[in-house]
Amino acid sequence: MQETGDVSVFAIRFFKEAFKPRYEISEFIRQCFVIGYKSLPLIGLTGFIMGLVLTMQLRPSLIEYGVESQLPAMVGIAIVREIGPVITALIFAGKIGSSIGAELGSMKVTEQIDAMEVSGTNPFKYLVVTRVLAATLMLPVLVMLGDAISLFGSYLGVNIRGVTSFHLFYTQVFDNLAFGDVLPAFIKSFFFGFAVGIIGCYKGYYSAKGTEGVGQSANSAVVVSSIVIFVIDLVVVQITDLLNLN
Amino acid sequence: MKEQVLIQAEKKKESSGDVLVVKHLYKSFGSNKVLNDFNLTLVNGENLVVLGKSGSGKSVLIKCIIGLLMPDSGVIELFGRNITDLDHEELDKVRAKVGFLFQSNALYDSMTVRQNLEFPLRRHWMHVTQQEVDNLVQEALEDVGLAHTINMMPAELSGGMRKRIALARTLILKPEIILYDEPTTGLDPVTGKEIIELIMTIQKKYRSSSLIISHDMTCVRLAADRIVVLINGRCYAEGAYDELKRSVDPGIKQFFE
Repeated sequence: MQETGDVSVFAIRFFKEAFKPRYEISEFIRQCFVIGYKSLPLIGLTGFIMGLVLTMQLRPSLIEYGVESQLPAMVGIAIVREIGPVITALIFAGKIGSSIGAELGSMKVTEQIDAMEVSGTNPFKYLVVTRVLAATLMLPVLVMLGDAISLFGSYLGVNIRGVTSFHLFYTQVFDNLAFGDVLPAFIKSFFFGFAVGIIGCYKGYYSAKGTEGVGQSANSAVVVSSIVIFVIDLVVVQITDLLNLN
Repeated sequence: MKEQVLIQAEKKKESSGDVLVVKHLYKSFGSNKVLNDFNLTLVNGENLVVLGKSGSGKSVLIKCIIGLLMPDSGVIELFGRNITDLDHEELDKVRAKVGFLFQSNALYDSMTVRQNLEFPLRRHWMHVTQQEVDNLVQEALEDVGLAHTINMMPAELSGGMRKRIALARTLILKPEIILYDEPTTGLDPVTGKEIIELIMTIQKKYRSSSLIISHDMTCVRLAADRIVVLINGRCYAEGAYDELKRSVDPGIKQFFE
């Protein structure tokens, strides 16, 4: 409970600092490159495998019920609504959450954060605001790209044991997708990104106990972020259900 | 003519004044009283060493002076301004005149040597041109004898080289006061001595005042114009190296044995 309160205070500080000048534009762009662009190969590869495997696993069941033709639609809905955002966010938490936690933790124990402050820089703004903003904005982009690659993997999966044209596959996917499928998934990925960023930064920024603490920061950043991702997912699903968006 | 005399008098007053005054400083962590009515004065151009055992609060003192830690009470005047009363912007202006050499060097791992040196320049002197930045970086690196490392990463440097680069980063803003937190810790005796000699050379060149935190007696002997002994959070004794060495007080004697 204590830690939840501390993370909330940390998040409030983020919002206070984010809108005050001086804006660290160049560091923010660098973080977008590191957090977004450099995560793309991993997200792309896992997305591709996820789409392929999901299609191969679903096919026998659908054949059993005589609805094999619905395979692209089902895979499309599953990926766009739920599996794409959640799996991408979990991989993102593993890669970026741990890296932010370890980087800031190491900077903390080697006095680099203090050195930054002495150098006339607000370390919270330079290190935390830029990373959290980059994570919040880059994860939705990665989710969209991951979904697209995943659907391509699914298309190849469909064609392993059958012949479906590219056009037919994507027509079936998009004809069955509604605005209510895409929008909540897109919005929740911003929250996932924010959660990964803020938790990673919090764990690193308040890292203690030397090098042992750095390892703990990285580890707990991933564990806590992953749990929070599921909690946010649960809340968003309830809200979309209440608003009748599905 | 009268104005010139007044300006010269003002300059003389500044050059002979106290650049740092610490009065009745208290700092605790929980029930642990680290600094307990600590007092100190640093005169312009002086090399003052604060001598104390590990865990005696030396690093806490220096971090209070630079504003990284807030004291529980007391006054810390840098260039006549009490830093505990300053807002962040004002504090940054004062900090621009103070260099800080961290015990762990605190070089930014993700930046090259050049970027490490450019960082404080870009932050404090926002309107400086690229040509001026290049010249200042080159000059600072030449001062520490490591101009060839400009494009290297901190991980590629030895312990002594890192200390020199950290010193170059400290010097780049031409500070009037330099605070050294255990400058020879973690270095072998030969490299440690080289670093102290470098500090002395730099002090002469830049005519800066130095506050050195140390428990290394070689460093103390070579660098100190005056020594303050920190025991139980207080200024236990004060004087030149030879004066303190002759002391029969067991609290002071333990450092010189």
